[in-house]
Amino acid sequence: MASTREIRRRIQATKNIAQITRAMQMVASSKMRRAQERVLAARPYSEQLMKLLSRLSTQAEGQEDLPLMKSRAVKRIGIVAVTPDRGLAGALSSNINRRVGQLAAELRREHNDPNLPISFIAVGRKGRDFLARSKQNLIAEFTKLGDQPKLADVRAIARAITDAYLNEEVDQVYLVYPKYVSTVVQTPTVSQLLPVQAPEAADETGPAPQYIFEPDATAIFAELLPRYIETLIYQPLLETVASFYSAQMVAMRNATDSATELQADLTLTYNKVRQAAITTQILEIVAGSGAL
Amino acid sequence: MSQRPLLHVTVVTAQQTVFDGSAEMVIAPGGDGQLGILPRHAPLLTTLAQGELRVRQHGVDESIFVAGGFLEVNSNVVTILADDAERATEVDEARAQEARDRARALLARGGLSTEVEAETTAELNRAVGRLRIAELQRQRRGTRPRPPQPEQEI
Repeated sequence: MASTREIRRRIQATKNIAQITRAMQMVASSKMRRAQERVLAARPYSEQLMKLLSRLSTQAEGQEDLPLMKSRAVKRIGIVAVTPDRGLAGALSSNINRRVGQLAAELRREHNDPNLPISFIAVGRKGRDFLARSKQNLIAEFTKLGDQPKLADVRAIARAITDAYLNEEVDQVYLVYPKYVSTVVQTPTVSQLLPVQAPEAADETGPAPQYIFEPDATAIFAELLPRYIETLIYQPLLETVASFYSAQMVAMRNATDSATELQADLTLTYNKVRQAAITTQILEIVAGSGAL
Repeated sequence: MSQRPLLHVTVVTAQQTVFDGSAEMVIAPGGDGQLGILPRHAPLLTTLAQGELRVRQHGVDESIFVAGGFLEVNSNVVTILADDAERATEVDEARAQEARDRARALLARGGLSTEVEAETTAELNRAVGRLRIAELQRQRRGTRPRPPQPEQEI
């Protein structure tokens, strides 16, 4: 059995760990609340935009010449992996990375081509590291976006993706991100970015209205689509931040609990060892005095 | 004579909902010029320029700064998806002025890449637009028989 001094040192170390994880848990939980609010505040915009697009999609007018909506034969695929920048958040990043790998395999199977070229765009350091480590074809990376992704950053990402698509470097683009479901559940989610697919019309009855367009339908679509893509990127970024802090909070709470438990175990062992030492000493004294 | 229906107006940006309520009339800075929308307007979809959006409620105009985006009218529902929007009463003039001066200084110094320059110019325009609308709002307030608002002249 270890010496009492060694056990005392371990108890102290565990205490320090618990202190740090508890602090991190508290920081994460307050940041999580703010991130959640941002996710909720941003939802109306993306919902309205999707509704608008689904109503418009029935009006084919001028849509044929929109390159962002036209699908073509798939020879190359792009995958955007949205991950947090930092770790210590349980399995969050590795779940996303695993889903990215799975998606790549699924797509290759679907197209019956095990060598289908897939390019990756990493948003967030964790995904970047994973893709770089597994030597994937990484065409762009965006890291250090912070807790409040700025519109300029979103634009840059959107531009990188649409440029790759318009230059025919990729024929289809998917995005993988951790969808924020609740504090304990974050699901890796896949959505298709390009070609733009008009969202399904949601529970709306009656024929779509015949809109008057100003200046004209093509101009409106030309403005609408880039914004739609930006929203499809912006929303996941917010969800990723919220997911990250929730996952970190839960992970740190578990760590604090484990540390406290370990501390209790160690204290018990420490007392046992101490008592055993005392007993041995008494026995020695008794044995010694008996011999006299 | 049935009562005139009201418009339901929602103004949202990517960050937040700026306005949500009913109105008798909406005056918006359309991409092709100002346009006024009354109840029973035909379905319409237009781009927005930067400017002042006015929402009339009970005869009083609520003034909202908008910059770019879309306006959709469909069966008395007016949805405005703005790139940037803020109620005139909530414009932080000190911050807008700061943003304006910062953008001006950056542009004056020069040596920016085309992208950054475009971004900064847009920022400058937005700040100037915000200030103008806050100013307009103050002037209107001044003419109305209401307790005078504490004015800060800077």
